[in-house]
Amino acid sequence: MWAIWKREVQAYFYQPIAYVLISLSFLVLSIYYTFGTIAGRYAEMNTLLSNIIFILTFIIPILTMRILTEDRKSGTEVMLVTSPVEVYEIVIGKYLASLTVFLVIYVLTFTYPIIIAALGGKMEIPMLLGGYLAFLLIGMSFIAVGVFASSLTENQIVAAIIGFVILLVIHLVDPIANYVGGVLAKILGIFSLLSRYEDLNSGILDITSIIYYLSFTAVFLFLTTRVIDKRRWSQG
Amino acid sequence: MIEIQNLTKHYGEIKAIEDMTFTVEKGEILGFLGPNGAGKTTTMNIITGYIPSTSGTVKVSGYDIMDQPREVKKRIGYMPEHPPLYLDMTVKDYLDFSASLKEVDKKTWKSQKNDIMELVKITHVQHRLIRNLSKGYRQRVGLAQALVGAPEVLILDEPTVGLDPKQIIEIRKLIKALGKSHTIILSSHILPEVSAVCERVVIINKGKIVAVDTPEQLSKNLVDYSKFTITIAGPDKKVKELLQQVYGIIEIEVQNKIRENEFSYIVEADKEVDVRKPIFHKLAEHGYPILELKSLSMSLEEIFLQLTTEEKEVN
Repeated sequence: MWAIWKREVQAYFYQPIAYVLISLSFLVLSIYYTFGTIAGRYAEMNTLLSNIIFILTFIIPILTMRILTEDRKSGTEVMLVTSPVEVYEIVIGKYLASLTVFLVIYVLTFTYPIIIAALGGKMEIPMLLGGYLAFLLIGMSFIAVGVFASSLTENQIVAAIIGFVILLVIHLVDPIANYVGGVLAKILGIFSLLSRYEDLNSGILDITSIIYYLSFTAVFLFLTTRVIDKRRWSQG
Repeated sequence: MIEIQNLTKHYGEIKAIEDMTFTVEKGEILGFLGPNGAGKTTTMNIITGYIPSTSGTVKVSGYDIMDQPREVKKRIGYMPEHPPLYLDMTVKDYLDFSASLKEVDKKTWKSQKNDIMELVKITHVQHRLIRNLSKGYRQRVGLAQALVGAPEVLILDEPTVGLDPKQIIEIRKLIKALGKSHTIILSSHILPEVSAVCERVVIINKGKIVAVDTPEQLSKNLVDYSKFTITIAGPDKKVKELLQQVYGIIEIEVQNKIRENEFSYIVEADKEVDVRKPIFHKLAEHGYPILELKSLSMSLEEIFLQLTTEEKEVN
């Protein structure tokens, strides 16, 4: 598992993709930050952090699009599966590699509150911590969706589009639930990543939300191993 | 070492492999021969645990691939037809990755690494990106990857495909050398390759085993009589008459008139009887010298064609 993690992290940085994604997201975030937070003299991060979710919808599918597709296309999947590792270890190794690149972006955004503090802004610490926790959890969930999407096809672009569409649907769950109402709204509520995000981001530390995100991640990673296993049963 | 019993693989209606049973002894090089699409790769993918079988068992060193896949996978080095290479890595990094994937401990790997690279002759390209290597070198890196961790069993799917003749000879030599310390299954659709390298051959066609034997035994079993071409100086009628008197000869046919009083014949004889000496004595007695005598045993190629086109059962 760690061997796969290590290789994939290296692969991200052998190719320009990690640098492009990291610098691009940092650039966009910094623009938001400079013209939103700093220019507006807001001593809080939570508005910015909720914008990040929107940006992640585009970034994550690109981050994860090659993570499993490439192995199928180049035939290296044979090597992984015939090695003494379980399929779930392969998936987790890959997942953690994508998460690692995400964490680089994550850590880079720590500079923002530090600058605010240096400028003498007084931030509410629980709000700040809640916001960052939510940011991490939603990132983890989105990456699990992206990894899942990349298990469905051997074409990177198709994988990115599938991932993007699933994330878009997740964004639309709340408005749809509001529209339909009733029992259906409750069922749709199960898939509502964002309403829970808003709770956490406003400093409401609810343990069920944390468990929810972790379960969401686990379910998508489990589905990914099922997709790979299923294909092994049906291919030649 | 490897026991395969009643192995079957279906894809819906299509039967890719049917009821395949064979064993491979420790230290043996087994050739897996069949036309394209016969089920060679499918069988290898099942043995290595890449795809599951529909029914039947595969055991390696007594471990079942379905029950204890990890134990089996630890003991097998697999080189698929298209070597599973990460083009964005250097040869050395790739082999290091393979070693940690196979959980080879660091010390063992350190002592193994250079030997493997020496053996397949890739030491001088170890710092190059795999992307920039030629087909021949990529094939060797793929082989090196299979050797990582010194597995007892090597499974090589068409290891010489796409190589130039010089490289093919090198790889064959290498496989023969590896056969001293490994149990090897090698697939190929090229016959001379199998007869040059393997001690035993499994011929498959349309997912079924049609023959299992040594290359020599296969050619012996398939022909019911031995055949010779023979060139003799002397009048054909007289020679034919003399030959007919030799015990064991079944049929004589004039093949060619080479020049005046010099003919070549095709002689069929009972395969239990060595007719060559009696032929010599008989003809020498009458002063008709033998200019050429050649046995026409079937080449593996002919056997292969005969087996896979007529599906004639041997054994």
